[in-house]
Amino acid sequence: MIAPATVSSTVHGVSPAHEALIALIPRLRRYARFLCADAAAADDLVQDTLERACARLAQWRAGSDLRAWLFTIMHNLFVSDGRRPRHRFEQAAEGDVEAGADPTSGWEAALDLANALRALPEAQRQVLLLVAFEDLSYEQVATVVGVPVGTVMSRLSRARAGLHALLEPAAGHAPRSGPRLRVLK
Amino acid sequence: MASDRDELHAWVDGRLEGERLRRFERRLEADAALRAEAHAWRRHDEALRELGRTMLDDAILPRLLEAASGSAAPGSPAPDGAAGERGAARSADPAAYGAARPVAAAAHGARAWRTGGAQLWLAAAALAALSWSLGWVSHVRFAPPVQRVAAAPPAFVRDALAAHVVYAPEVRHPVEVAAAQHEHLVQWLSKRLGAPLTVPSLEAAGWSLVGGRLLPGTEGARAQFMYQDAGGARLTLYVADAGPTAADTAFRFDREGGLSAFYWVDGRFGYALSAQTDRATLLALAEEVYRQLARTP
Repeated sequence: MIAPATVSSTVHGVSPAHEALIALIPRLRRYARFLCADAAAADDLVQDTLERACARLAQWRAGSDLRAWLFTIMHNLFVSDGRRPRHRFEQAAEGDVEAGADPTSGWEAALDLANALRALPEAQRQVLLLVAFEDLSYEQVATVVGVPVGTVMSRLSRARAGLHALLEPAAGHAPRSGPRLRVLK
Repeated sequence: MASDRDELHAWVDGRLEGERLRRFERRLEADAALRAEAHAWRRHDEALRELGRTMLDDAILPRLLEAASGSAAPGSPAPDGAAGERGAARSADPAAYGAARPVAAAAHGARAWRTGGAQLWLAAAALAALSWSLGWVSHVRFAPPVQRVAAAPPAFVRDALAAHVVYAPEVRHPVEVAAAQHEHLVQWLSKRLGAPLTVPSLEAAGWSLVGGRLLPGTEGARAQFMYQDAGGARLTLYVADAGPTAADTAFRFDREGGLSAFYWVDGRFGYALSAQTDRATLLALAEEVYRQLARTP
């Protein structure tokens, strides 16, 4: 057990900026889990991101968006350091499931959605998640990923079309592969 | 002037206002195809956001809290899967920077990690080393279901051990799908893998099913089923799609750092049974698993 005094002294030792970092851990981790090959690699990436952020906290302009700054650091770390081969998500399973099986089950839909996300090309998945999970502006996404806004928009288009094709293949262009899944409500 | 596509995305993301929004909604009314596409995208987006919300509700590793507090040594090793005690910090509201409760819980977790973590870290390091060393440790073969000898274990075995190391110590989220729903999970996986999959019952041997999770793999989906005995020990059965051309293999055994594993390929699937137990105990379980799986048509 830990004495309350120890805990409070630890808390008092944390500056507001570090508290802000702590509050953002769940978000960094969520994105990293779709960036990296597995949960352990994702946590490593988050840890490296936080350490680098702490080391460079002086470079962050107070008042600017800490979240976008952190995601940019994470993205740069992911791209550099030879992380990519080891950490990249592999393609999800090819399925051969007729749509319409078990319409009610929530976790099935969630697993299907997660799988469809993983089946998207990496660059498209990144843009889609930064928009849908983080609600970053298109301009912020462009900064995080390091491409022009126009490229963000075209990746977003392809990501959404791809997700649509994976989740509702009957609705449009027949997909070559990928799980055929139920419509998510 | 934004393009039609850009307007469509902005609408899906709820970023159109005023005259821009009204103009785009008039376009949607006039264009059935565009309307269908827009609504489908918005449906997926809502599902994505929901998935995102559920992912925020997760325990935080103490080492991440240390890193965020600026108290961790940069480049410190990452003891994956060994975090027995965790601060349950949550942050559902992104605006609530530095809310008192998450930080208190966070600090508690970080502290607990520092005080009790050394042994866990060593165990994790040993197991992580194991997962990479399987290529050159010796194999003991026995009672082969089908005669075939391979030089190195298939890739799925390394993944299976890594997955065991990561998830077996999990307290809050050991499985994605609880045992109560495992029929659904099995059905769903069987469809994905294109071959019927069964989950053996090990109740008679004292291991009850906790549940399962789906994991990404190099050649399609993999599943991990987790069992637990009365003492809380964990046993995992890892099932990988071995591919249509995979040949059956004998039982193989590996043991290092306290973690034992039996693995084999049978039909379409590769299996790995892992636990921190002795060889004889695991062998009996592996034979039982094999026996039950062999009954599957």
